[in-house]
Amino acid sequence: MRTPRTPTASPEIERLIELLGKTPGLGPRSARRAALHLLKKKDQLMIPLGAALLEAAEKVVACGVCGALDTLSPCALCTAQGRDDGLICVVAEVGDVWALERAGAFKGRYHVLGGVLSALDGVRPEDLRVAGLVERAGAPGVREVIIALSATVDGQTTAHYLTERLAPLGVAVTRLAHGVPVGGELELLDDGTLFAAFSSRRPL
Amino acid sequence: MRRWAWTTTPEMEWLDDAIVLGARPFGESKAIAEVFARSHGRYGGVVHGGMGKTMRPILQAGNLVRVGWKARLSEQLGFYSPLDLLEPHAGKLFDDPIALAGLSSAIELTRAATAERQSYPGLYDALLVLIAALPNSDMWAPLYARFEIGLLAEMGYGLDLERCALTGVGEDLAFVSPRSGRAASAEAGAPYAEKLLRLPPFLVRNDASIESGDVADALALAGYFLERRVFDARGENLPEIRRRLIERLGFAGRL
Repeated sequence: MRTPRTPTASPEIERLIELLGKTPGLGPRSARRAALHLLKKKDQLMIPLGAALLEAAEKVVACGVCGALDTLSPCALCTAQGRDDGLICVVAEVGDVWALERAGAFKGRYHVLGGVLSALDGVRPEDLRVAGLVERAGAPGVREVIIALSATVDGQTTAHYLTERLAPLGVAVTRLAHGVPVGGELELLDDGTLFAAFSSRRPL
Repeated sequence: MRRWAWTTTPEMEWLDDAIVLGARPFGESKAIAEVFARSHGRYGGVVHGGMGKTMRPILQAGNLVRVGWKARLSEQLGFYSPLDLLEPHAGKLFDDPIALAGLSSAIELTRAATAERQSYPGLYDALLVLIAALPNSDMWAPLYARFEIGLLAEMGYGLDLERCALTGVGEDLAFVSPRSGRAASAEAGAPYAEKLLRLPPFLVRNDASIESGDVADALALAGYFLERRVFDARGENLPEIRRRLIERLGFAGRL
């Protein structure tokens, strides 16, 4: 959507707002606020931010092994010592890798698909990094592939597709549980989550 | 301050039961959702807070919702309010890859074949019955095939399965002509059997038993006409998910 023109703003400011408005999570209003804030703090924020953007654009690349972003390929996560090479966690986007790393719940290797299958958005299996996953999962020593995709129709359709593709390799394929979140109260949960939680119940 | 006065006609504001067809992010926290409403057909609209924790579970394809749609002008995209979940069908299918493929295929066929803002109450009812059957029954595959035959009829390309095009009899129908879409009896069609499409009995009579191979024949029949009469005319292919569904049903021995 085109950003509405800011009254009395110069073309340079308009351009800045327009570009900021194209980033996820920033709409036209937020983009205007961000632009104004940057312009007010030129030396402390705007110039260092510009330099950081340039440097990241020059140096950051997608890892040739897992698809995550880093300045090196293979990335730091693929080369890190002490991580379990026998476990591969499949995620849709790089942001999911960062979320899992923040949680510290997984100490294996990652594989970023680059999205999920979607009829609505026209995303087909060949648009995703599936071939690379099959190749990695077939390597000696890989014991388990953990599919960590979203609990949506598209996410789970993709999970089942990957399970079928990985089945001939004989490697264990698991997926993350669906159910009650930590701190979640039953009466506030949606019906779909409650149904999934009941389906996935386990003995105490 | 003067409040905006809504001047609405029935086309600019409605309330209806609908099946969610899909949603994608829009702006900071909104989503553009597409629903298939019983009396209004396939509609798009903005959902405020559609990417939030509350609305995202509701906007899963296949869920039954009660939805209000409003716009200042009927040709505008409009927005949904209220949007309440009536039946969370999608979440019930996540563990069943074949049922999930059945849901995705039916949803995608509906989305791709139907015209926007045109009501198809019969198709809506058929889709809802199919979706409700997906988690509970191993017998939904014939229902799915019937849904595709019904979709053809709703698009104006219904097959004539009442009587034999050659002899006029209404009994023992076993084939369909790929050219006319009209049925032929087993006896009259036998000399041309190689050129005709097989017509499984359960598509003609509700009480017919379903034998091995019948669902495959029904899907081949529906697929043949859907491809040539609906999708080819638009320069599109049948959805990929439909091929995967048939493949999965075959592997599971349910064709």
